[in-house]
Amino acid sequence: MEIFQIVGIGLVATILIVIVKQTRPEFAILISIAAGVIIFSMMLSKIVYVIDTISSLSSRADVNITYFNTILKIIGMAYIVEFASQISRDAGQDSIAMKIELGGKILIMVLAIPILLALMDLIIKILP
Amino acid sequence: MDVNLIFKIAAIGMITAILHIVLEKSGKQEYAYLLTLVGVIIVLGVVINLVSNLFNDVRVLFRLY
Repeated sequence: MEIFQIVGIGLVATILIVIVKQTRPEFAILISIAAGVIIFSMMLSKIVYVIDTISSLSSRADVNITYFNTILKIIGMAYIVEFASQISRDAGQDSIAMKIELGGKILIMVLAIPILLALMDLIIKILP
Repeated sequence: MDVNLIFKIAAIGMITAILHIVLEKSGKQEYAYLLTLVGVIIVLGVVINLVSNLFNDVRVLFRLY
């Protein structure tokens, strides 16, 4: 079972961070980055399975492939932004975390504009 | 991914902390500062590789080109 591995890595990393943080706070951040990356890398193969399933479902339901790709991109960007902003917030740099989140929100909005335009086209087509 | 990396980083952190205290007690503040800087840079090199691998994986997985 992988859940025990994940919980073990999390607990061990937490204890090491608490030990190291008293004397060297800069190494605590690096340990937390490493633990986060290791846990996410363990989950990547599972996410591949989920995405493959959703992809085959969407192709069977005849959904436009560009919309699916856009949603996938937005999920990936949201994850990366969350990862970075949480690390900055852990290190006590709330303002940097806010800026990272702002950048992520704006880029996600840019990605979502084609969907918004398609929705607008649909509304205009429906309106008499 | 190996968990040993976390232990390695923690070990480097503790060794730097001890050496920092030893150097500071013997009155060599500038060497203590340099030691911390070198330790952080070494660990940062490892962690940056890890993060770059993660970004590549996420880029391939979520088709973010």
